[in-house]
Amino acid sequence: MHNFELVKPSTVQDAVAALAAEGAQALSGGQTLLPSMKQRLAAPDVLVSLTGIAEMRGICLSDRGLAIGGATTHATIATEARAHYPALADQASHIGDPAVRNRGTIGGSLANNDPSACYPSAALASGATIVTNQREIAADDYFQGMFTTALDEGEIITSVIFPIPEKAAYVKFAQPASRFALVGVFVAKYPQGVRVAVTGASEEGVFRWAEAEAALSSNFSATALEGLSVPAEGMIADLHGSKDYRAALVKVLTGRAVTAA
Amino acid sequence: MPKDGGIGASTKRREDIRFLTGKGRYTADINLRGQAFACFLRSDVAHGRINGIDTSAAAEMPGVLAILTGEDFKEVGGNPTGWLVQSRNGETMKEPKRPVLAHGKVRHVGDAYAMVIAETFEQAQDACDAITADIEELPAIVDMAAAVADASNRVHDEISDNIVFDWGWIEDNRAAVDAAFAAAPHVTTLELVNNRLSPNPMEPRASIGDFDPGTGDYKLYTTSQNPHLSRLLISAFVMGIPENKLTVIAPDVGGGFGSKIYHYGEEAAVLAASKLLNRPVKWVCDRSEAFMTDAHGRDHVTKIELATDMEGNFLALRTETLANVGAYLSNFATCTPTFLHGTLMAGPYKTPHVYVNVKAVFTNTVPVDAYRGAGRPEATYSIERVIDKAARELGLDPWELRAKNFLTTDQFPYTTPVGLVYDTGNYHATLDKLGEMIDRNGFEARVAESRARGKLRGFGLSTWIEACGIAPSNLVGVLGARVGLFDSATVRVNATGNISVLVGAHSHGQGHETVFAQVISDKLGVPASSIEIVHGDTSKIPFGMGTYGSRSLAVCGSAMVKAADKIIAKGKKIAAHMLEASEDDIVFEDGAFSVTGTDKQKTFGEIAFSAYVPHNYPLETLEPGLEETAFYDPSNFTYPAGAYGCEVEVDAETGRVEIVSFTCADDFGNVINPMIVEGQVHGGVAQGIGQALMESVRYNEDGQLLTGSYMDYAMPRADDLPNITVDHSCATPCTHNPLGVKGCGEAGAIGSPPAVVNAVLDALHRGGITHVTHIDMPLTPSRVWAAING
Repeated sequence: MHNFELVKPSTVQDAVAALAAEGAQALSGGQTLLPSMKQRLAAPDVLVSLTGIAEMRGICLSDRGLAIGGATTHATIATEARAHYPALADQASHIGDPAVRNRGTIGGSLANNDPSACYPSAALASGATIVTNQREIAADDYFQGMFTTALDEGEIITSVIFPIPEKAAYVKFAQPASRFALVGVFVAKYPQGVRVAVTGASEEGVFRWAEAEAALSSNFSATALEGLSVPAEGMIADLHGSKDYRAALVKVLTGRAVTAA
Repeated sequence: MPKDGGIGASTKRREDIRFLTGKGRYTADINLRGQAFACFLRSDVAHGRINGIDTSAAAEMPGVLAILTGEDFKEVGGNPTGWLVQSRNGETMKEPKRPVLAHGKVRHVGDAYAMVIAETFEQAQDACDAITADIEELPAIVDMAAAVADASNRVHDEISDNIVFDWGWIEDNRAAVDAAFAAAPHVTTLELVNNRLSPNPMEPRASIGDFDPGTGDYKLYTTSQNPHLSRLLISAFVMGIPENKLTVIAPDVGGGFGSKIYHYGEEAAVLAASKLLNRPVKWVCDRSEAFMTDAHGRDHVTKIELATDMEGNFLALRTETLANVGAYLSNFATCTPTFLHGTLMAGPYKTPHVYVNVKAVFTNTVPVDAYRGAGRPEATYSIERVIDKAARELGLDPWELRAKNFLTTDQFPYTTPVGLVYDTGNYHATLDKLGEMIDRNGFEARVAESRARGKLRGFGLSTWIEACGIAPSNLVGVLGARVGLFDSATVRVNATGNISVLVGAHSHGQGHETVFAQVISDKLGVPASSIEIVHGDTSKIPFGMGTYGSRSLAVCGSAMVKAADKIIAKGKKIAAHMLEASEDDIVFEDGAFSVTGTDKQKTFGEIAFSAYVPHNYPLETLEPGLEETAFYDPSNFTYPAGAYGCEVEVDAETGRVEIVSFTCADDFGNVINPMIVEGQVHGGVAQGIGQALMESVRYNEDGQLLTGSYMDYAMPRADDLPNITVDHSCATPCTHNPLGVKGCGEAGAIGSPPAVVNAVLDALHRGGITHVTHIDMPLTPSRVWAAING
């Protein structure tokens, strides 16, 4: 790891100012960034820690849904969101291991937008709103492909607002080594309709499976998926699974998520 | 009832107190005054010609003390292989020099070609980044079949076909085997891959070189399973340092699984750098380096054929194997796929005709060598998979097919067609025991219950044998070994009656400190708490060959018993003198020497004290002191065997395999500490399940390592594993060592992979998926799904 400077502001405003410096990089839980730095794949001059900003931590229920501070850890979400949005809490409780869950944050994960991360599926399936220091971004506009989001340089996710569904479930099929999602499917049923978001599978990152949403909106049952299929084209192929395998898993896991919801 | 702390007691491991409280002292924990730090610059291409290395900018970097390249070591010797194998045509195998640092060419990703020594590790690392090397990339040789087929592309320029040797075992069997196949009513053929594994000990390698300019003595602290072997290799072959001027210390070592048997270039490099700088030089491997430098295991591609009659009697067995040795020959790379593999191809069966052919192949990959089981898992996997396939083809029950072909107890000692003499065993007993342990009668109901939940349930069997207690020197010498494989122990009774036992075996997790003390306690009647086991320092212990091949207790333990017998004999002399009796009338029992038929006796402590306070000794006939050394060279291998059963559930929609239960009925001969034996089996089975379902080192066609971290190399974790039920009550004690022990360290890793794979195949067939006759390991969800949907 190369040497760097660490600053830990206590307000969003100070953090934004610090991020304007040459070579500055936001640090939330550090569960992706720090390993990259140890591997000398990343070498920021200044790390701006966001975990000292009180207003970015914690969970509260508002009339728009469940608002979760950007610097809230997976462990906190796993416990404190359970009463309000059990499927989201359940998803958080299966990310990484206890050490990861006690450090990693939802804002960090969504800003990184790893194609195999879990939270993008929850955010997209819930039609969540990504709140930054500058604006609000709808989940449908936020995710723009692998490791790519609508965030501008230096923009910070301060909170995420999740509308609470009538029913929801997340089913993750773990990649055997990393235990990231080889494929993960989040199904959420709202009065307006069902949303199905898939992570881990596509070369374009998290995506909504529109056909399944239509079928499930009229019949929220695994049998509604009969006859549907996800094209293998555009799926990720790697050591752990082919395009065909991932496409097949999307359908299997969607059915299981509907049953579990 | 075993004596408290003696043989047969499940004594808790005394070493765990320091390991579990963070007080272990590993090489990386050792910091010497004035030490500098080394970092190695490693190739990022699999194959390339080194046209030049410019270190000038790096040499000017802050803190840099020295930079060494292959050029600095070109005059020193190469790291040799310990086993010379002859090809079928009588030619001796190819043995290209393995340099300390790559010279002329780099031959695998991770091959070190420069070393920077600096005041801090970070400075050394920064300076490595500043070295510019002109390396002309050459086409990588990754696939073994392609390596053999294309003579133009060579890992070592002087070896035209990339073949180390083409070995036939036993060549004289070949004609009879071929004839048996030609006449056989049925032949079952299977092509399979034994997947390449990364050993992944918890502690990565580390070495500190410490040259004393005052005395000219070298000291090497290193992560070794066998410090004397490392000393011998460094002294006699690589560095030319006189053996008496080099001490090798392997302190606490956090696992090895074979990967720390071998001498690695980094060890020689830190010694040379320490001499150059007159300072200690320390190197600690990180996990990424470990993935691309620790010797890998397995990596065979095999075609196996089994000839039978229609009733399932085995008539002949024949295999052809390509064994990957990687880019250089690691120390035992040539022995593992031959004498630890081909000699086991009879298994526990009475197959009359067996022939094995192995071609070892160079590729631009990390060297491959012995890894827990070493050759024997490869043999067992091939045999047990082809037997299962034969059972299906012939419509026979896999239990009955095996039982019908087992050797019977009246056949021992049994000379196999592949050159071993099994001294004892009872294979029917362990198979029957397994049958009792697993509730065979309830299996069909469990299958139905699984099916009701949408899962396919299956059962797989593996009946395995291994040759361990490695090894009789006279036999291995005939077979090409360049070393002896005895072991040694010194029993040093101190004046106050407590005991230091200095042993040639090395403990890196096995529990020797506990078990060896139990043996000596039992033998000499001294409480285990008064016995200290000393290992891992060549300046203290007698010359021993270290720990691998399930040998520590069978070989070093036997040396301890011999040394303890000498202590008893000496004690009798002392007692005879003290009690004014004839030596022949002294008996030793329960820790006391007494005159037979009288109540006159001396305790062990009194004898010990007298030995060191010999005020009135008849010095012409009785030496002071009570210390004895013994070397033990076994007269044969030991042959642990067993029957393993695995029950799985397969999720056919996703291909995911869950192991429901894993059951082991083993014959390890006598057992000293049942708890430790069970732990060894648990660990071995965990590694075997890892190989069967999860672990696989993968390269792309450019020779880039795709599984260079735990993000892609799937190590089994606790929740990937079932409860493992073990039994070792069907014991037939080894007939030729004094403890009657056979060894248990590798059994789990040897016996378990075929049981898992057989279980998955059984589940698929019971579920009507009958077109799948084989799936190569690891049986990851995607592979199982692809097989089902193929």
